[in-house]
Amino acid sequence: MEVITRGAVIPEPGNSVENKTGTWRVFKPIIHYEKCIRCLICWQFCPEPAILKIDDEKVKKETPAPKEPLKRLPVVEIDYDYCKGCGICYNECPVNAIEFVKEEK
Amino acid sequence: MSENYENMEFFAPGHGMCAGCAAPIIVRWILKLAGPNTIVTNATGCLEVVTTAYPRTSWRVPWLHIAFENAAAAAAGVEAATRAKGEKLNIIAFGGDGGTVDIGFQALSGMVERGHNVLYILYDNEAYMNTGIQRSGATPWGAWTTTSKVGNANPIGKMRPKKPIAKILAAHDIPYAATANPAFFQDFKKKVKKALSIEGPKFLHVLSSCTTGWRHDPSKTIEILRLATDTGLFPLYEIENGDFENMRITYKPKKFKPVEEYLKMQGRFRHLFKNPEYVKKLQRDVDEWWAKYGKYYCP
Repeated sequence: MEVITRGAVIPEPGNSVENKTGTWRVFKPIIHYEKCIRCLICWQFCPEPAILKIDDEKVKKETPAPKEPLKRLPVVEIDYDYCKGCGICYNECPVNAIEFVKEEK
Repeated sequence: MSENYENMEFFAPGHGMCAGCAAPIIVRWILKLAGPNTIVTNATGCLEVVTTAYPRTSWRVPWLHIAFENAAAAAAGVEAATRAKGEKLNIIAFGGDGGTVDIGFQALSGMVERGHNVLYILYDNEAYMNTGIQRSGATPWGAWTTTSKVGNANPIGKMRPKKPIAKILAAHDIPYAATANPAFFQDFKKKVKKALSIEGPKFLHVLSSCTTGWRHDPSKTIEILRLATDTGLFPLYEIENGDFENMRITYKPKKFKPVEEYLKMQGRFRHLFKNPEYVKKLQRDVDEWWAKYGKYYCP
């Protein structure tokens, strides 16, 4: 947008997706799927939101899980384009399936 | 309200909230529960500034930036307009503690007195965080801020208690006034849904931690918020139609944690540990509150 819109109206809803806030990250969360019980607590508390809930049958089946029946549940995936690395997911994960490591750039 | 929009995001990423801020968690879920037929008015504050850095916005519902003092007045106008047009929409006003308990208070009081069908959400981070951590009416006793500095002349920080804003709103005899905490997620969701289902003015006071102003590690946001209620410092209750006799405390910890556990995780309370009397005073306040109101616990 080059010209300031009348009344500073922003006509395009949700266009903040153009800001890739993932560059802010100092620490990076990594999900270990073999431990993840797919409880969605990380998804629930992600402030960006940068944790996606994937409800695709193929993804659900092909993603590793600690127990076979858990593969019926949606999978969480971190969107590193936006994850600022706050670590709430790492702190709240009830089964310590999320590792929090220093970002390497 | 019949449809479920929980899998949709009406709050887009790419906003400039600090890492670990609790406010976007609150907003994200309120929008999910309200759904797309919603118009938001937003008082000046962190939320407004960082979600709409021109020419970009994080909002996927119609959103209006309102000055510090009149988010509730503008919401009232929007509600009156939709009513005149015969449209049924959720009108939600968001304000921080500065924009709600101090600067925006008269507009809020007027809006609820006129009986507008508006849900007002206070996300309370307990100081003017956007402008650099100045004390507000919602800052608790003993908190350090840049205008309640701690030193030899004042070893306490803020010397006045927090304004009981949910009770003040309930005293307007509005259909619904409640406190909520995103760390108590089911309780929080239930209150938002209940508020949205009620006709008339509704007020929700939601506690929201601030990594910068509370001085804590960003990953501890939810943990600290959980402690705020588990120590009894931030009780969760609801009051309908100003009926204080039947107020309901919706959550009571099985075993209260000592207030130290909440205080020691935050830099803004660090000075209180220099004198054991300060921590004891806060513990006494909590104990007195629960001795007085604990009987209203009704899960």
